[in-house]
Amino acid sequence: MIELISADRCIECNLCVKTCPRDVFDAVPNAIPVIARKEDCQTCFMCELYCPVDALFVAPHAEEDVQVDEEHLSESELLGSYVRNMGWRKGKAGGTERDPTRLLRIRNANAG
Amino acid sequence: MAGPHDASSTTTPSTTYANETGGLILHADVLVIGGGPAGTWAALSAARSGAKVVLADKGYCGTSGATAPSNTGAWYLPAGAARDAEVDRRLEKSAGLADRRWIIRTMEEALRGLDELGDDGYPFPFDEDGRPYRANLRGPDYMNHQRRRVRRAGVTILDHHPALELLWADGVVAGAAGVELRSGERWQVRAGAVVIAAGGCTFLSRALGCDGNTGDSYLLAAEAGAVFSGMEFSAQYGLSAAHATITKGLTFTFASFYLEDGSPLPSEGGDRSTRIARAMIAGHKVYALMNKGEAHEHDWLVRGQPNCFLPFERIGLDPFKERFPVTLRSEGTVRGTGGLDVTGDDCATNVPGLYVAGDAASREKLVGAISGGGSPNASWAIASGVWSGRGAAQFAQRQAGVLGDPLSTRLHTRAVHALGGAGLRPNKTAAGSGFTRELIAAVQDETLPLDVNFFRTGKRIALARAQLDGIWAAARDHLGGTGRELVRAREAASMAATARLVWASAQARDESRGLHRRVDRDGSDPAQTHYIRSRGTDELRVSTAPAPEAVRDLAEEALVS
Repeated sequence: MIELISADRCIECNLCVKTCPRDVFDAVPNAIPVIARKEDCQTCFMCELYCPVDALFVAPHAEEDVQVDEEHLSESELLGSYVRNMGWRKGKAGGTERDPTRLLRIRNANAG
Repeated sequence: MAGPHDASSTTTPSTTYANETGGLILHADVLVIGGGPAGTWAALSAARSGAKVVLADKGYCGTSGATAPSNTGAWYLPAGAARDAEVDRRLEKSAGLADRRWIIRTMEEALRGLDELGDDGYPFPFDEDGRPYRANLRGPDYMNHQRRRVRRAGVTILDHHPALELLWADGVVAGAAGVELRSGERWQVRAGAVVIAAGGCTFLSRALGCDGNTGDSYLLAAEAGAVFSGMEFSAQYGLSAAHATITKGLTFTFASFYLEDGSPLPSEGGDRSTRIARAMIAGHKVYALMNKGEAHEHDWLVRGQPNCFLPFERIGLDPFKERFPVTLRSEGTVRGTGGLDVTGDDCATNVPGLYVAGDAASREKLVGAISGGGSPNASWAIASGVWSGRGAAQFAQRQAGVLGDPLSTRLHTRAVHALGGAGLRPNKTAAGSGFTRELIAAVQDETLPLDVNFFRTGKRIALARAQLDGIWAAARDHLGGTGRELVRAREAASMAATARLVWASAQARDESRGLHRRVDRDGSDPAQTHYIRSRGTDELRVSTAPAPEAVRDLAEEALVS
């Protein structure tokens, strides 16, 4: 579930509020958004993709809260790791033209 | 007949539904409910047919639903030997319930759609020969692209606008109403036709991207008298790392499976899910280790499916070297197969003015009794979206014609009434959010456990039906609220209604077939090679309908005699 909105990185664009399919965030006037309904988070990582400044961290745990340490996440380059692996940039789609998944599908089809 | 088909669903209005008469009112020719692949294709198709279109999504069109966080194959099969082979393979695996004509027309429409997508700038990867590879769609990019196309087509998108009930006028569907999550205000869209494209129901199992799929649109359709088909084929489970949500089959391409003592998962006794389910019911923990394949093949997975590795990278585990516990998450009727019965080539339902696309519809015509996950569902979303959008636009145009000029004035000023019952207008006092949560947990007890749903028995099905009758009565009496709580209450009611259709249908299939695994019935009974149809909210009705082969046999008999 969503565990972190980095106050250092967040630019208050509220794209996470807009794009979260489960409406987990609330916008706050003149401040960064808040995680208002964490229990509704479906751990789909979509908010990380749409965040233009890698300010969000979704822990993979679907059903339990986890403590996270922003400094550690930042140093170990886990903030924004999904965005970079996908090839998206600043909330804009990209990288699907290099997606090698077809090779996997062809392999699996040949394996029967 | 002026009222909806299911008279039992008419309700006494109460004051619990906030701002009953206020809020946003929009007018459209076609309202599309749901903004995943099927909904976006439906909206594009309706707009292209000349309709003014509103698309309402419970979440955000572009990130909502099962496809957006995933990566899916699709049927990109021009006529020829490869397509013929896939059609035959599908028919063979369908346990007698798929229909050749529907498989082929879906493949043809999906091919057109995928080409259109490529021509319209979707960046398909290129293969070794420099040709675009159009048989795979990367979820986040695909849905991002679809949203842009829908906006370009002039469609009004309402994000975070869950649809909670249908509007009805003189025997036809006349739009839908719901609640805007942010304001808590009621909204309604008066429309000449409605397309339901809101996906299936996974009972909040945390399967990837599916928590919005609580069966809301099943309930609103059932209240209008809609018929469902194949709801018993709802026992598909997706494999994921135990702590995580990523139910993507490709993740496990290179995995071997073990029990807690390090012994291999038994290799006999059914497919992988069946063997894992059996071991888990027996009290074992099941582990996976990705120890098959070559390093360069692993790299395809790492680069092609980055979210498969988030669950490992973020707990500091190397899945190629260390084993990790896995679990099965219910994919209900999303990657199960049941849904609203499609009654015509234009994806009409039996309810006038109500059309259906994507996972909300039964996909038995494509895959029969087994899962539609992957290429069939992705292709169906495109094809059924195109057909339903066009069908709905034409219905709306006919309605406008019947009502006379000026076209849309009569359509939009006619008297409508809202059909919603359970969760919106309780018979007694609304009991609040704690009650809603308890009721959801009670429904989950009858739908999620492997020993209730994955493997079924006649006795447990009967018990589930009895339990759900009680749950439904309580839902009718006490589910309700305002704003977000109202939406939650309606979701709870929708899950209960869905579960009741599931088990009523399952009880009528006294055999094992595909996803309907009766451990007390060995194999399939040829006499039950038929569809199970269900309908209703308070009183459920179940019937059978002949499978395509049987229809063909009858036609041939008629020719002979």
